[in-house]
Parts: sequence; C-alpha cells; structure tokens
Amino acid sequence: MAVRVQEEPFALGAEVEAFAAGRRDAGAVVSFTGIVRDLASGDLNRMVIEHYPGMTQAALEAIEAQARERWELRDCLIIHRHGEMAPGDMIMMVATASPHRADAFEAAEFLMDYLKSRAPFWKKEITAQGESWVESKAEDEDALARW
Amino acid sequence: MIDVLYFAWVRERIGLPKERVETGAATVAELVEELKAREERYAAAFADLSALRVALDQELSEFDAPLAGVREVAFFPPMTGG
Repeated sequence: MAVRVQEEPFALGAEVEAFAAGRRDAGAVVSFTGIVRDLASGDLNRMVIEHYPGMTQAALEAIEAQARERWELRDCLIIHRHGEMAPGDMIMMVATASPHRADAFEAAEFLMDYLKSRAPFWKKEITAQGESWVESKAEDEDALARW
Repeated sequence: MIDVLYFAWVRERIGLPKERVETGAATVAELVEELKAREERYAAAFADLSALRVALDQELSEFDAPLAGVREVAFFPPMTGG
C-alpha cells in the first residue's frame, strides 16, 4: 500500500510493472492515469496544481483505507503530482490489485471519485489570455453518492 | 491564537497563504464573520460560503463546527484533484 504526493514526474510503465510483477495473490491489476488535457481551443500553456501539504497525504491515505475496507484488495498505489505541468503530462495514477477483477475495477473507480473531490488539490489553467482556477463540477460531487 | 490558511483563489483574493489570528470565535462561521468585518478583500473572499470548504486541523469540516481546541483552520474552494 503506498501513497505518494510529489512534484516530479513518474514513469507510468515502470510503476505499473513494479506494482503487478511477481504477484501470486492477485489475479487482477487495474490502473488509471490522469493526464493534463488541453482546452477545446487548444491554447492551454500549462497547468499548476496547488495542494495542502499538511493534509494531502493523510486525506489520500484515508481514502485508500476506505477502499481496502470495502473491496478485497491485495495492494493499492496512489501517486499524485503537484506543481507545474504541460498538456499531455501525467498528473496522477492509481493502481489496485485484487484476486478478482470486479473488485480491482470498482476500487480504482472509487479511489478516483473520492480523490477528485476529497483530496486537497486545486488545478489552475494558464493560457496566453490569462489564468483561471478549474471549477469543480456538480457531477464530481454526485459521483460520490453511488458509493 | 489560531493559524488560518488559504488556498487557490481564496489565497489569491485575500493576498496571503497563512496568518495567525487572535479570535474569540466559537465556531468557524463566527471566525468568518470576524474576518469579513476586517477588510473588503476578506468580505469578497467569503461572500459565498457555498463556494468554500473548510478544514479543521487538516480534516474536512463544516462551517457550524466549534473551534474549541482547534489549532489550524484552512479555507479553500471545492477540490479539483485527479
């Protein structure tokens, strides 16, 4: 079980490989990766992600602990970056390992839904026209209701 | 004395990330009223509480929560991680 909050990039392939390699206790590994998406207009210069250093790690660990209570998980990995990123850069990833794929998929979705609106990160988009904070969406909050 | 932290546009609107506040407020809502009364930039940042979230000692909380024993209060907009 690992939660990492970091500024530096991570190597998705190496992370998933290390997470999945040599497992005999889990038949299913699911991973999700979040990537900085360009705006529809195509003019996103960069994204800056701010976080609440004292709270972030504990909030992610609490979300992970909930997932472990609800699903049969053998392992779980959350990596979330902060700082400056460019379109196409990887922001974050989660991976789950379970004996069964339904648990691995559901737990990964649960982790994503919760860390989107319960972990203290804020995204700011910077274009040639200026900068603006990304607003949370009602559907992100609604997504929690199904759990 | 209590540490008050601001993040994202709340930090930008108020113009600082953190300050120590001398307060007799019993609840978060009372603290917000004290801050709003200080200056226009605070009043602007706290104009719509439904657009804000609060954490007490680094755990999400509510505006009607008591402040007794709390050392750190953080105000920020709804989170946009992932």
